[in-house]
Amino acid sequence: MTTQTTMPEAAQDAQVGTRASASAGSTVTVPPVPVDARTESRRSTATLRATDFYAIVGALFASLSLTALLFTVVLPFNGRLGFIVVTYVCFLVSYALLVSFDEPGPVVRDRLVAVVVHSLAALMLAALVFVVVYTLVRGVEAMRNLNFFLEDMSSTGPLDPLTQGGIAHGIVGTLIMITIALVITVPLGITCAVFLSEIPGRFSRLVRTIAEAMTALPSIVAGLFIYATFILILGFDKSGLAAALAISVMMLPIIIRSADVVLRLVPGNLKEASLATGAGQWRTVWHVILPTARSGLATSVILGTARGIGETSPVLLTAGFTAAMNTNPTSGPMVSLPLIVFDFVRSPEPAQIARAFGAAATLMALVLILFVIARLIGGRGPGQLTARGRKRRAAQSRRDVERFESRAAVAAAPVSTVPGAGPIRPLEP
Amino acid sequence: VTVTDTTELPPILPRAVDEKRRAVRPRFDASDRTFRAVARASGATVLAIMSLIGVFLAIRASDAISEAGFSFFTTSAWEPDGGNFGIAAVLVGTVLIACVAITLAVPLAMAVALYIVEYAPARLKQTLISLVDLMAAVPSIVYGLWGAYFLQYQVTGLARWIATYFGWVPFLGVDSADPNDPLSTSTVYTSSTFIAGIVVALMIAPIVCAIMREVFAQTPAGEREGALALGATKWGMIRAVVLPFGKGGMIGGTMLGLGRALGETIAVLIIISPVFVIQPNILETGSNSVASLIALRYGEATTFATSALMAAGLVLFSMTLVVNFAASTIVARSRSGAESEG
Repeated sequence: MTTQTTMPEAAQDAQVGTRASASAGSTVTVPPVPVDARTESRRSTATLRATDFYAIVGALFASLSLTALLFTVVLPFNGRLGFIVVTYVCFLVSYALLVSFDEPGPVVRDRLVAVVVHSLAALMLAALVFVVVYTLVRGVEAMRNLNFFLEDMSSTGPLDPLTQGGIAHGIVGTLIMITIALVITVPLGITCAVFLSEIPGRFSRLVRTIAEAMTALPSIVAGLFIYATFILILGFDKSGLAAALAISVMMLPIIIRSADVVLRLVPGNLKEASLATGAGQWRTVWHVILPTARSGLATSVILGTARGIGETSPVLLTAGFTAAMNTNPTSGPMVSLPLIVFDFVRSPEPAQIARAFGAAATLMALVLILFVIARLIGGRGPGQLTARGRKRRAAQSRRDVERFESRAAVAAAPVSTVPGAGPIRPLEP
Repeated sequence: VTVTDTTELPPILPRAVDEKRRAVRPRFDASDRTFRAVARASGATVLAIMSLIGVFLAIRASDAISEAGFSFFTTSAWEPDGGNFGIAAVLVGTVLIACVAITLAVPLAMAVALYIVEYAPARLKQTLISLVDLMAAVPSIVYGLWGAYFLQYQVTGLARWIATYFGWVPFLGVDSADPNDPLSTSTVYTSSTFIAGIVVALMIAPIVCAIMREVFAQTPAGEREGALALGATKWGMIRAVVLPFGKGGMIGGTMLGLGRALGETIAVLIIISPVFVIQPNILETGSNSVASLIALRYGEATTFATSALMAAGLVLFSMTLVVNFAASTIVARSRSGAESEG
């Protein structure tokens, strides 16, 4: 029993009493309290009590049976959704009633809010997960055939079975478009983010305000802009390049904004240390700020990519449509995965619908993969290293020490003793 | 100068050399100057691209707007080549869809944000945050497919029930069906503003939730613990500390969600059946939005029809821009001072 080690409350009270009487200067003697008079049991600090559990289970049973009674005997109701809603309302009422038997008003309200928050959160998270799972499950039918990933739709009609045709042209098109878009947005976006955080002033504040407001630019407006300039004014045809430009316009503010947030998290004392050792601004950016923020920058680029490959409307306006494979982004129409989904889904044929779900599931899988990669390399604060990075840093530091020591040995050879030229201790990683 | 016992101040000597105030202008070498020039140029490029969007839309739209004048905002038909066109119907549709979406998304997003910050076990927290972030990256067409092929058929019963018992509430009635006729077809309840709104709500809820969670999590721990130490229940603490502190984030997050909801194209386009009359009944089939109008009609051949679409795009652009500006201002103000220098 560990209860003996804790001092019983009565004994503590007695000590306080003794001290109080001692300071008062009177000679009242306090009767000694026997320490082991009663055995204490350890207090439970758990926030969940048995009665809470009973209240929830009881309310659940009460509401279920009451609703069942209402639906089968008393009221002319039917329908699954109605049953769930009525059960939920009954549950709230009976739970409040049960809690109010032994708790005051504020606690009853607290319990009710806790139930509502838990259930709404569960509802929304379940709905979100369900959206993804539903698409993946319905996509399996088309994705089971390998030709779905290897063929295009040039010789396949809507009525043909799923063993013919596929979305290879969409996968290739998506990859080409996103590559072009990344080639444009990554250098421009990250340079602009560095500008915003490193060269503060009125101009960079203006750029930041505009870029932030543009993060929620409707994607169709981005498409419309490229349609108005690149296609109507400059006279180019609809092509993969035009679509890539439209995606770039949409992705650019997203990447700038998230990269800016990451760069602002780089600790100021790192920057100041670099400047104090005599490095210029450019060297500080290149050797300190960008490496420190590397994982965060990669995450922001990948999340921007995930947004970019999923957008339909800019591609719809600028890429044209084709059922055949086209690997040249500068001429001829090119399709992307979301555009293929949108085209398939306009057909009433079950095979086309199945293909649409297959393409959507493929797209979803791409986004999931990108997201997992982003979480694996990102998710750490700036400057925090992985185990491998720490090892690499330690090895580098050890090599530096050896280099310094060998140099010190060379310097020490002609002159007998140089004061203070002892071995330089390695930095703690 | 010797220090004596008497507190006599040493005489101030006149300066030997007339010192000048040093100029503290930073000097940049060549690489720094190049870097600053390139960085400035990239900032200017981004600014130019972003402002060109508005300028080009305005230039291309000027034909149609000067032709239609103010009737562009009051006409609900869309026949640009006949000269009879306007965005009254699509604008009302856009706003209604956004309103339905916000009404549904904000309570859900707030519940999830509160759950993650206040109620969830610590082990689960990071997973839930990642899940919400992932959901914000799910392509809108995936939500659209789900809405069109799953939700549509599940919701008609609910829509019919609401229309039957709450049809007297404005916006909730259905004109083309008799709610008392049990055999009436349920197709009048499909492809409606309501269904599009639910889908858009699910799309924007992760974004709203992410912002609210961030702001809730920044509530100072001292005040939080102070409330609990005074004997507040968890809900009492949330109401007295967390919600007032996060008010700016809640409003700003809601408005950012509104901006996204106004501009959503594909999910809406897949679900609704487009109409060009003002359709105030959100449960009834037929709706439209500015974005889906553009996606529907962009293929029109004549220059003038394209110009009319650009005008519609310009209106959408200005609307979302105003909402976003307001939202980011509110969020930025609520976050001020929360960031720290290391």
